[in-house]
Amino acid sequence: METSIDLKVMDGIIDRYETKSSAVIAILQAIQEKWRYIPREAFPKLASRLGLSEAQIYSVATFYDNFSLEPKGKYVIKICDGTACHVRKSIPILERLRGELGLSRIKVTTDDLLFTVETVSCLGACGLAPVLTVNEKAHPAMTPDKASILLAKLREEEHNVA
Amino acid sequence: MEVKNRGMAIIDGMPVEIEGERNLLELIRKVGIELPTFCYLSELSIHGACRMCMVEDKRGNLAAACSEQPRNGMEIRTNTARLRKYRKNILELLLGNHCRDCTACGFSGKCKLQDLAMRFNIAGVRFPNAMSEPSVDASSPCIVKDKSKCILCGDCVRMCEEIQTVGAIAFSRRGSRMTIGTAFDIPLAHSNCVGCGQCAAVCPTGSILPRDDTGDVWRDLADTDNMMTVQIAPAVRVALGREFGLPEGENAIGKIVAALRRLGFAEVYDTSTGADLTILEESKELLERLADGKRHAMPLFTSCCPAWVRFCELRYPELMSEISTSFSPMHMLASVIKEQYRDVFRQVRHVAIMPCTAKKFERSRHEFSRDGRQLVDHIVTTRELVRMIKEAGIVFSELESEAVDAPFGAMSGAGVIFGVSGGVTEAVLRRVSTDKSPTALRRIALTGVRGMAGVKHSSITVDDREVRIAVVSGLGNAAMLIERIKAGEERYDFVEVMACPGGCVSGAGQPYAPQAQREMRGRGLYSADKLCNIRRAEDNPLMLSLYRGLLKGRTHELLHAHYKSSVQRTSITIRIRRGKPVSG
Repeated sequence: METSIDLKVMDGIIDRYETKSSAVIAILQAIQEKWRYIPREAFPKLASRLGLSEAQIYSVATFYDNFSLEPKGKYVIKICDGTACHVRKSIPILERLRGELGLSRIKVTTDDLLFTVETVSCLGACGLAPVLTVNEKAHPAMTPDKASILLAKLREEEHNVA
Repeated sequence: MEVKNRGMAIIDGMPVEIEGERNLLELIRKVGIELPTFCYLSELSIHGACRMCMVEDKRGNLAAACSEQPRNGMEIRTNTARLRKYRKNILELLLGNHCRDCTACGFSGKCKLQDLAMRFNIAGVRFPNAMSEPSVDASSPCIVKDKSKCILCGDCVRMCEEIQTVGAIAFSRRGSRMTIGTAFDIPLAHSNCVGCGQCAAVCPTGSILPRDDTGDVWRDLADTDNMMTVQIAPAVRVALGREFGLPEGENAIGKIVAALRRLGFAEVYDTSTGADLTILEESKELLERLADGKRHAMPLFTSCCPAWVRFCELRYPELMSEISTSFSPMHMLASVIKEQYRDVFRQVRHVAIMPCTAKKFERSRHEFSRDGRQLVDHIVTTRELVRMIKEAGIVFSELESEAVDAPFGAMSGAGVIFGVSGGVTEAVLRRVSTDKSPTALRRIALTGVRGMAGVKHSSITVDDREVRIAVVSGLGNAAMLIERIKAGEERYDFVEVMACPGGCVSGAGQPYAPQAQREMRGRGLYSADKLCNIRRAEDNPLMLSLYRGLLKGRTHELLHAHYKSSVQRTSITIRIRRGKPVSG
């Protein structure tokens, strides 16, 4: 994961795919994987290589909630708010995390770009409800307190690295 | 081979023969039922978004007529109680999301939403208005876009993508948050919009409108220190009359001149005179290219259409050197007028009446300024002139026709046909052809340059050399042709490009007209040409006096532009549709 945008790296990513317009979603996903969001610099690059206009790519990128045009935190916490998780009290977990990180429904990423908190409709792990994921790792049967402990642990990890 | 869809269908109890109609909507309209639509335009792909054209089959199943194939034995009802209720619901929902400041809207009286709301007797809207405040992008000199009046029919998006292959605007976001706009909602002026305004031409509401500059013109007209001069483009004369009850395509130049004098213009000229200068200068460029002995990989492209020049600048900057340096007719005439009156103490102001929104951008280009002033002070589109005439209370139909002014009042028929696709080419052919007999004119007209087809080919022999010519209208067709030339599949010496399908008669500054009416405008220009006693630009006596006088030794300085690209963007490209050209 990098924060600066190297257009050569972006070319390298696009090279892995067929440069045709139908590959746009796959390429956007790959770009998002690299930078955790779709940097604005990607648009002119993709437009010229795929033969689409920037507005058309923007159209695709804004259609899917999965794509983010804003930089995301190093740890992306997704709290499942599907029916099963919701009835097993996912909202208090969400509120606890937002409270501790100073986030809201509109402001989803901390200023230090460490944490992003968002909800998803269903992670497909209803048996583990209420569930959340940190990046791709699932944490089952959460409670607000367990979420606080998890957050503290992530912060400690980060502290040790730095 | 394509098998034509045939059979019989019953529509509202009437048996109808299916004759290869592409969809049920066409079949229904054939029997004289004006099924309402917002998002259906025959020249664009089918979108099926507005659901106004919903019909019922005999089992009570619903289908959108625009997206349904006509089939043998179909029984369709178009006007049941349920359908009427649904249509009213759709209209109410649209109106609930629409800034309804109709009296202050530039499209009032022409708006399809307003029209259908009246047709369906919408007496009230049960939903709270979620879009009561205008949300305007007025950054472009050509068009004004107001999201609060958008009904998301997508006509503009498909026009921009499919016909023009510009793709400046697209849908963004989803569901209730969906809007139409540029990438990252940047102002249109900073996008790859070329200003052709065809989005405005197809917009059923006032969401995209040609910019209105009439306020500035009224102000200048009222200032007694100004000497107001004006020119009228060819395509205007065959489109304006209908707004005042004249038949479509009727040449109203005489009445327009009279109206402009009544509005307070001191001198009235015809852009066709400027076109004659364009013909002479552009033909000279073509003949020089043919004679220079080099093998040019690229043809000489015309420069009259500002949306095309902008398109080329953004998409094919490497081809800018292949575009004719001759001014467009508008700037030819403006340049001559401003030069003539250089020393007059009164401030000469020049207004151009144009069928075009992109001219508003061309006017502001730095290539067209002299001594720190733009050559043309204001552009007034045909639609704006209609409004000005109405505002002034002039009864257009009762005006006596008047002639344009001297000293720049002489023009040739060749200059008049600039307003229709193929006209520039035909005019240049008349000039470069070595055969000056009267029958040659007819032969040139029949070389394939006329008609509304999106791509036309022609050739003529000059000094035993075949000159290959292409005429394209619609920027998608232009891009397709350029790709073919680049790939070495085609070779041309001269290519005329008009951004609007069918040429300036279909310009976005014109009152909206379906294709059949636009064709009548084209025919109107060809008959205006026939009525001219001078048919070739070089036979225009004014040209001789200009070249001997004012222009002597100064043609390069006064009549040619060297486009310095003002493009900051790195790249703009879009998929080029291969295959069948799009007809206008």
